[in-house]
Amino acid sequence: MDFGLDKKHEMARTLFKEFAENEVKPLAQEVDETEVFPRATVEKMAKYGFLGIPVPKEYEGQGCDPLTYVMCVEELAKVCATTSVIVSAHTSLCIDPILTYGTPEQKAKYVPELASGRKLGAFGLTEPGAGTDAQGQQTKAVLDGDEWVLNGSKCFITNGKEADVYIIIAVTGIVEKRGRKMKEISAFIVEKDTPGFTFGTKEKKMGIRGSSTYELIFEDCRIPKENLLGAQGKGFGIAMHTLDGGRIGIAAQALGIAEGALDRTIAYVKERKQFGRTIGQFQNTQFQLADMATKVEAAKMMVYKAAMAKATQKVYSVEAAQAKLYAAEVAMEVTTKAVQLHGGYGYIREYDVERMMRDAKITEIYEGTSEVQRMVISGNLLK
Amino acid sequence: MKIVVCVKQVPDTKGGVQFNPDGTLNRAAMLAIMNPDDKAGLEAALRLKDQYGAEVTVLTMGLPKAADVLREALAMGADKAILVTDRVLGGADTWATSSTIAAAIRKLDYDLIITGRQAIDGDTAQVGPQISEHLDIPVISYAQDIKVEGDSVVVQRQFEDRYHVLKAKMPCLITALSELNEPRYMTPGGIFDACDAEITTWGRADLTTLDDANIGLAGSPTKIAKASDKVRKGAGEKVALDPEEAVSYLMGKLTEKHII
Repeated sequence: MDFGLDKKHEMARTLFKEFAENEVKPLAQEVDETEVFPRATVEKMAKYGFLGIPVPKEYEGQGCDPLTYVMCVEELAKVCATTSVIVSAHTSLCIDPILTYGTPEQKAKYVPELASGRKLGAFGLTEPGAGTDAQGQQTKAVLDGDEWVLNGSKCFITNGKEADVYIIIAVTGIVEKRGRKMKEISAFIVEKDTPGFTFGTKEKKMGIRGSSTYELIFEDCRIPKENLLGAQGKGFGIAMHTLDGGRIGIAAQALGIAEGALDRTIAYVKERKQFGRTIGQFQNTQFQLADMATKVEAAKMMVYKAAMAKATQKVYSVEAAQAKLYAAEVAMEVTTKAVQLHGGYGYIREYDVERMMRDAKITEIYEGTSEVQRMVISGNLLK
Repeated sequence: MKIVVCVKQVPDTKGGVQFNPDGTLNRAAMLAIMNPDDKAGLEAALRLKDQYGAEVTVLTMGLPKAADVLREALAMGADKAILVTDRVLGGADTWATSSTIAAAIRKLDYDLIITGRQAIDGDTAQVGPQISEHLDIPVISYAQDIKVEGDSVVVQRQFEDRYHVLKAKMPCLITALSELNEPRYMTPGGIFDACDAEITTWGRADLTTLDDANIGLAGSPTKIAKASDKVRKGAGEKVALDPEEAVSYLMGKLTEKHII
């Protein structure tokens, strides 16, 4: 076992760090204040291949591994959680299922466009009545000749309205399973600007405010028959497997937020003086920092381990669930303490830590709440 | 077009300079980076490649660890990398360095050689022009803009208060200023390829046109006798004077310390 990074990953880390510091950090506060999607940053990331890191070169990807991708999300999240989730949703939730379940034609048509960043991807599973209970899908897809006709809606979709390609989960019928009638769920690739596919409300969020979160609406939206992703009826499995990968991305985002908050706090306590000495010289500060740094390091090991598991194992649900659960809770705790150690200034929007605290909360909720992760983990323990 | 870019691995002086107790630079304690002027030179070469099509070879002389800057150059888009490394080449001044690099370049086909204006560790700005002398080709230093016209280059050479536009027939050598451009980032895939790429390594024996009298410490006309840290600034001084007196006092102090 080797805990050190090899040359490739060390160089990749340097790249992501430099890019994040120079290109992303200067905009982070403005992106948060104005809630504007950072389109120019996305174009820059596309130029340097950040939107197809774990995708094979034959599909215009970078041909790197999940660990490299995770480090990119982590370094972006250190300075701007919004930017990091754009990359994560695009890569893990849209490209990955097409690469894993797509036909050769679907891969050839969609993956190069997405991996090169010429197009952006999104994933539509959640509905107003189907959040954690993802089986409660209401959106329907009915085959009519050579076309599927979609009707229904999706909510809280990251990269909504900004994306060009959407993975949409919908009910395609009713099947009998062990004597019970169950919904047959399937996955589809839907392109923006398809007639009948429109956008509803833009959500006003507590954090990750520059990330575009929209409602998707399908009204007799007709898509070609060949846009069914995977076999008919396999949609739920596709969604669950996709989320296993996506959780590693969100775990990396949470890790980055925690690291960013810790870095800023360390710098602050070395500068800020009270009672004639820096607040870093008080033992309370020191012990708080020690706890924060230790938890961040533990989270990092779990996130990297999950990324390595995705690279080498067929099933990595538990590694992904544990990494996301722990990293998200560490992010919440560390950012809360970071605000506290900044005192009154930590509550002012000019300082980055309050943004990080707002951003951290979502990592405990999206791509499966912490409770869902506990269900996955305990389910595996007791099976 | 074939372009050779000379790059140097230098300690990152932004992170603070550290010295050993004997007054020499503590390179191990400092982060190593590609010299900024060289990086601009590399970017200029890559832009010529994008624009006109060119084969870009990066060359460095240094310790085996200097291969890191070559990998960085490959990850940015350079085509080939050559590392010149040998114990007997160590301790070289600018004469021995330029002799060695010129001997390496003689083994290559080239239309254009680009170096940085100067390295942030030695700060001499001598090696580029000296290489051109050894190779007997023209040099245009302090380039702030480079264009190719047929078999010539047209370069803006920066001066303190103006620039000159110079045209030179290739082959020639250009020394680049970091103000020349904003170097591109590496790409993740470029990094993975660069780490798998083969780097040509040449030792003393490979440089057949090189005279032993011109290499390493022994072949260096200049020797560093002593190096020391700058004298630390003393404590600040506060004076209470009338504004006019204060100005002349301040000007006097600044002149005395050769700041103005």
